[in-house]
Amino acid sequence: MKHSISYYPGTKPITILCLFILYTPLIVISLYSFNSLRSITTWGEFTFDWYIKAFSNPAIQNATMNSLLIAVLASSIATLIALAAAMGMLRGAPLRKQKIVVGVINLPLLLPEIVVAVASLIFFIAIDMTLGLGTILLAHIVFCIPFAYLPISTRLKDIKQSFDEAAYDLYASRWQAFRHVTLPMAMPGIVSGLMLAFVVSLDDFIVANMVAGPGSSTLPMTIYSMLRIGLTPEINAISTILLLISILFVTASWWCNRSSKSTT
Amino acid sequence: MLNIFKLSKEEKVRYGLISPSMLMIGFFLLIPISIVFVYSFLQPGTYGGVEWVFSLDAYKQFLFQEDFLTEELQFTSAYLEIFGRSFLQAAIATLLCFMIGFPTAYFIATRPANTQSLWLFAITIPYWVNLLVRTIAMLFIIRDQGPLNEFLMYLDWIDTPIKLAYTPFAVSLGLFYSFLPFMVLPIYTALSRFDMSLLTAAHDLYASRWAALKNVLIPSVSNGIYAGCLLVFIPSIGSFIAPDLLGGGKQLMIGNLIALQFQGSRNWPFGAAIAIILLTIILITLLIFSLRKKGEQQ
Amino acid sequence: MLKVKGIFPYKAKVLAMAVTASLLGATAANAAGQLNIYNWSDYMDQAVLDKFSKKYDIKITYDTYDSNETLLSKLKSGVTGYDVAVPGDYMVKIMIDEGLLENIEASKLDNFSNVKEELIDVYYDPGHQYSVPYQAGTTSFVVDKAVYDGDINTLDILFNPPEELKGKINIFRDVNEVINAALRYKGYEICNSNRQQLSEVNDLLSEAKEHWLSIASDGAKEMLISGDAAASMSWNGMALQARLEKPTLEYAYPKEGMTAWADNLVVLKGSKNIENAKLFLNFMLDPENAAAISNVTGYTPGVKGADAYLVKEFKGAHELNLPEGTATPQFVPPCSPEVVKLYDRLWTNLLR
Repeated sequence: MKHSISYYPGTKPITILCLFILYTPLIVISLYSFNSLRSITTWGEFTFDWYIKAFSNPAIQNATMNSLLIAVLASSIATLIALAAAMGMLRGAPLRKQKIVVGVINLPLLLPEIVVAVASLIFFIAIDMTLGLGTILLAHIVFCIPFAYLPISTRLKDIKQSFDEAAYDLYASRWQAFRHVTLPMAMPGIVSGLMLAFVVSLDDFIVANMVAGPGSSTLPMTIYSMLRIGLTPEINAISTILLLISILFVTASWWCNRSSKSTT
Repeated sequence: MLNIFKLSKEEKVRYGLISPSMLMIGFFLLIPISIVFVYSFLQPGTYGGVEWVFSLDAYKQFLFQEDFLTEELQFTSAYLEIFGRSFLQAAIATLLCFMIGFPTAYFIATRPANTQSLWLFAITIPYWVNLLVRTIAMLFIIRDQGPLNEFLMYLDWIDTPIKLAYTPFAVSLGLFYSFLPFMVLPIYTALSRFDMSLLTAAHDLYASRWAALKNVLIPSVSNGIYAGCLLVFIPSIGSFIAPDLLGGGKQLMIGNLIALQFQGSRNWPFGAAIAIILLTIILITLLIFSLRKKGEQQ
Repeated sequence: MLKVKGIFPYKAKVLAMAVTASLLGATAANAAGQLNIYNWSDYMDQAVLDKFSKKYDIKITYDTYDSNETLLSKLKSGVTGYDVAVPGDYMVKIMIDEGLLENIEASKLDNFSNVKEELIDVYYDPGHQYSVPYQAGTTSFVVDKAVYDGDINTLDILFNPPEELKGKINIFRDVNEVINAALRYKGYEICNSNRQQLSEVNDLLSEAKEHWLSIASDGAKEMLISGDAAASMSWNGMALQARLEKPTLEYAYPKEGMTAWADNLVVLKGSKNIENAKLFLNFMLDPENAAAISNVTGYTPGVKGADAYLVKEFKGAHELNLPEGTATPQFVPPCSPEVVKLYDRLWTNLLR
C-alpha cells in the first residue's frame, strides 16, 4: 500500500495533526476536571469532588438525560427518514420533481440555526403545542434529516443499479434485495449519516433554547447558563464522562465488529 | 402537481419513500419560514413580537439609516460590512477544514478496511463534548498565557505571546475546530467508494501523483467535497457562539446580528429581513454553483 | 465495513414514534404539588430548593436564563408553564405593564415584614402587589491593582483608560449598562433622548472600543482571574467571588455614579400553581433561606436579619458596603420606547 501510487506523502502527518488539534482541548478539559480550584487557569490539587458535585447536581443530571434521549431519538428517526428518501430518489431513473425534492431536503442546511429556531418557536406557539421535549425533538428531527441524507445519498449514488437488478433476476423480492444487497453496501453512508445527525442534535443550543419549555433544559442550555461565571470544573467533569462513555461505545462497537467478522 | 393516479406502481413506492421527509420538512420548516417571510414585512412591537401593519422599513433599515442629528436617511454600509466579514470568516474556516480534512479523509480511506471505522470514530469522539465547552477550551489554549504561547516561547520561536484570543482569526479558528468532522465524513464517504486502481491506471499513463490527484481523484469525489464544504460553510456563516466567545464579541457576525434583533433589540421584522436576505444570497450562490457544475458536465 | 445491521430494524421506527407521542403528552401532566421556577443561572442554592421540596412536598423543576431580555422575549413569545421568575427591577415594571405578572398581593405574605425598609417603597412595583425582593446589588467594574495601582474610582478606567489597562478591558454585553455608564461619564442624564448628547456618546464609545479587549458578560470573572483582562465591568457579588480567588482585584466605586439593582421573585400570569408559588415566595423571605442564597452569590439579601447567617468573608466586604462619601448608586427605570430605539442604534453601531 505504502509504495503504491495511491499513497500520498503527508496525509499521515496531517491526520495526526488533525487528531492533535481535535484532542488537545479535550485533554486539557479532562485534566482540569480534577483540579481542586474553581478555575481553569490555576492548578490547586488533585480531587474527585467535581465529579461528585456533577453527579449530585439535579440540573446537570436532568439535562444530560434530556440531551441523550433527544439525540438518540432524533438522529435515528432522521436517519430512517433520510434513508427512505434516498432510496426513493436514487433507486431508478430520476423522478419528475427530483430537483425540488433535493432542494427541500437540503433546506434545513441553508438556514442559519437562529432562523430555524425563531421560525419553529413562532410555529409551535401558533399551533398551540406545549413547549417541551416534544417540540425540541420535532425541531431536531427536521434539521437532522439533511445531515443524515448527504452521506447516505452520496453512498447510494455510487452503488450500481445493476446489483439490484441482478438480485431481482435471482428472484429476490424488493425487500430482500434491499436487505441483502443495498443496505449492507449503503452501511458506511448510513453510519456516517447517523453519527453526523447525532452530533448535530447533541450539540444544538440555539434551537433547543428557543423551543424548550419547563423542565426540558438540554445539556448545552445548562452549560451555557453555567458559563456566565466561566468554565466550571463541574462542566469539565461532565464533559469528561461523556467523552469516556463515547470511547467505551466506540471500543465496544469495534470489538463487536471484529468478532462478528471473525465468525462469518 | 403530481397526479398520483397516473403513476406506475414503482413510482408510487418511490414517492411513498420520499413523502415522510417532505412532510416533516414542509410542515415544520417551510411553513414556519413562510411566517418569517411575512414577519419581515411587518412593524416591530415595542418589546418583541410584531404589529400587523405592512411595512418595508425592515429592508430599508438594512441599507439606510437616519443621521443621528439631522434625522435624514443616509446610506449605511454597517450591515453590508457585517455580511462581508461573516462570509470571509466562514470561507477561511472552510478552507482550513478542507486543507486538514481532505488529507485526513484520504488517509482514513486508504487504511485497511477493518481499521477505517476506528479512525472515523476517533474523528467523531471529540464531538461528544459540547460545542460550548470545546470553544472555551480552544480559547484557553490560544490565550496569551495559554499552553500554545507558552510552548512557542519555550521553543524560543517567539519572545512575546502571539495575540490570538479575541481576534477575528480566533473566530475562524474556532469555526474550523467546530465543524472539521463535517468536512472529513462526506469526503471519506466519497473516497471509500472510489476505485483506487484508477490512480494506478493514471500512473501507468505517466501521470504524476499530483496530476492523478488533480485530474482523477478530486473530480471523482467532487460530490463529497461539495457536501463537506456546504456542511462547514453554512453553519459557520450563521454561527454565533465562536464569534461571541473567541472574538470577544467586539464584532458582530450575521448570526449575532439576527439573535440581537430577537433578544436585545427586539426588532423581529428586521431580524426576519436579515434572515431572508441571507437566505436569498445563499440560494443564489448555490444556484450559480450548480449551474456551473452542469455546464462542466456537458 | 461496519455491521450496525440489527441495531435499527424498521420496527424501531414504530417504537420511536410511540416514545415521541408519549413525550409530547408528558409535559402537560400534573399540577398539584408542582412548582416550575425560571431563574438566572448561578443564582440559587440547591440545598434551599431541596429544603422547600421536602417541607411542602412539592416537586420543583428549575430552568435558567441569562438576561432580563431573554426572560422577556421568552414570555412575550408565548412560553408557558413557568410559575415563578426572577426579573430585575426595571423588568418587573415592564412585565407589569405588559400584563405578564399575576397580582398576588405580595405585601400580604406572612414574611413580607422581613423586607428591608429601603426595598419597600420602590418605583417598579408600588405597594408590592406583584413582587418580593430576592437579591440586590450594584454594577460597576473591577480593576486588577497589580496591573494598575492608580485611582480606580472613576469611569476614566473604562472610557479613557491609563496605558497599563489599554487592550485589557472587558465591557459587559449589556446595552443599558454600557450606555448609561457612558452618559454618566459625560455628565449627562441617563435615559436621555437628546440626540446631540447621544451623538457624543456614540463618538466616545467608538474611541474607547479601541482600548477594549472584549465585550462579553459570560465568563467575565474567569477573564479577570486568568489575567486576560485587567479590568472588567462587574456586579458586586461577582467582584467579591473573583477577589476571593485573586486578592489583587478591587471593586470600584466611580465618582460619576453607578447602577443599583434589585432582583425580585414574581408569579407569572397563567401559573397553574399559584398557591405553591406564594408558599415559595414566602419561604424565600425567611432570613435564613435568603442568606443561604447570598452565601452562594455574593449579593445582598433583600430581607432584614439575614446577616447572622452570612459567611464571615461576606460580612463587611468592600464590595457590599458603600464607602463613605460615595455617590449613592442609582436605580434605573426602563427608558421610553423612543430612547430604547436610540440606545439600540448606538449599540449596533458599537458592535458592528
